[in-house]
Amino acid sequence: MTTIVAAQRAVGTSVILQDIRREFPGGVCAVDGITLTINAGEFVAFLGPSGCGKSTLLRMIAGLDRPTSGSVSLESKSRELQYDSKRRSNIAYVFQDAHLLPWRSVLRNVMLPLELMRVPTREREESAMAMLEQVGVADFARSYPAQLSGGMRMRVSLARALVTQPQLLLLDEPFAALDEITRQQLDEQLRNLWLSRAMTVLFVTHSINEAAFLAERAIVFTRRPARVVIDHAIHLPTERVNALRTEPEFAREMKTLFDALELGG
Amino acid sequence: MKRLLRSILPPLIPLVVILIALELIVRMNWVPSYLVPAPTKVFKAFVNPITARELWQATLDTAIAAVIGFLASVVVGMMIAILLSSAGWVQRAFYPYAVFFQTVPIIAIAPLLVIWIGFGMPTVIASAFIVSVFPVIANTLSGLLSTDPALRDLFRLYGASHTASLFKLRLPYALPNIFTGLRVAAGLAVIGAIVGEFITGGGIGGVIDISRTQQRVDKIFAGLLLASLLGITLFGLINLISYLTLRNWHASERSEA
Repeated sequence: MTTIVAAQRAVGTSVILQDIRREFPGGVCAVDGITLTINAGEFVAFLGPSGCGKSTLLRMIAGLDRPTSGSVSLESKSRELQYDSKRRSNIAYVFQDAHLLPWRSVLRNVMLPLELMRVPTREREESAMAMLEQVGVADFARSYPAQLSGGMRMRVSLARALVTQPQLLLLDEPFAALDEITRQQLDEQLRNLWLSRAMTVLFVTHSINEAAFLAERAIVFTRRPARVVIDHAIHLPTERVNALRTEPEFAREMKTLFDALELGG
Repeated sequence: MKRLLRSILPPLIPLVVILIALELIVRMNWVPSYLVPAPTKVFKAFVNPITARELWQATLDTAIAAVIGFLASVVVGMMIAILLSSAGWVQRAFYPYAVFFQTVPIIAIAPLLVIWIGFGMPTVIASAFIVSVFPVIANTLSGLLSTDPALRDLFRLYGASHTASLFKLRLPYALPNIFTGLRVAAGLAVIGAIVGEFITGGGIGGVIDISRTQQRVDKIFAGLLLASLLGITLFGLINLISYLTLRNWHASERSEA
């Protein structure tokens, strides 16, 4: 099992951040001098207090915002899926709320990215349907977002992000608005989706528990402007189920992250 | 059925009471019948074959002019709004003129229209168009500018073209606002058409104007009723289209379902 996982982990996009700084008009500095390398296939959590600038960092990685100084570069190891700055389809982004198009059915929402990338209709529908099955909302393919619960909407949002087989998945506090139980279910599901695919995942959160459960590596940030407090490798088994959250080793990881957060103020 | 009765019956009660009261007031000669017609007399104007034909023809003319003017303002208004929303400077440069245009009273423009376009239906259509176009522009514009920023980012991320974002995101997102604009515009188009008819003749406006010179208050009242009936019909039509379009997704239409 471990060897298969390791082999898969070699694909995905790596992210290299060089001395990133982002200052907003009016002199507010959101991100101050961050240098980081995210390896291809890693699952990394960005942990920090709310509004610390970690979302800004994520937006810059996605190319939705530009750093005031410094550089962001993305590299893909597999040759046929080289990162192309004009076609950013290798990147998928999940927002804090589901942000589905309310006038489209669940299925057509998931088909949207493929539609925008001009994938043929038949293929679109097949891929979208397969993705809905994977996240467990296939029965609601014909429903409209307004008819779904918050957790289901978020599952659809995940399906929409994954339908393009992205090399890099960016998530900005995606489950923050959900109740604890739904949230834990989705954590587990996301972890499994990552294990079964060749992709790099960057997950922004302010929950220590979520960061420890999901990630292989957690990077803890200070309050605004965001600077790195620690860059910590999480030593937990590859296969994780929700029961892990009550184990002593899990508590130990949480303590490390907690102390780092305290240190960062 | 019971629900239908519950929503129709209450507004009928004051109507019946007022009609009976009016009838009484006129019959008892408390108010002379050349000032206020008895409801039965207005009813007769609708039934009498000669006046009935005149009234229905007038209503049809007004309806055609109002609908054409309204459709023109939907098409033109939405196109103007799309252009205005394309860039901040375009909006700053041209929107003030749209507002200015809106504040000039139509009754003052109508004589100009006659000079430019002449007597007849084109002037009436132009008048309907001018009053109804602004609500379409204003509401479409505010809808186009209120697109969810996260969804805009999403479209950018997948390299969506300008046209794709417009038709797959910004316009559908603006639909609830657009329908608000259309509801207002539909009522205004009828008013605009009647104002135009007061100047050029023809239609309900023409009938009312002529009846005034003949002291035919019954026909004036019949015209008023028809004019508001026309406005209500258009309003209801827009509401129906709005409901059918938005029922799956928008909160304002879902509460009813």
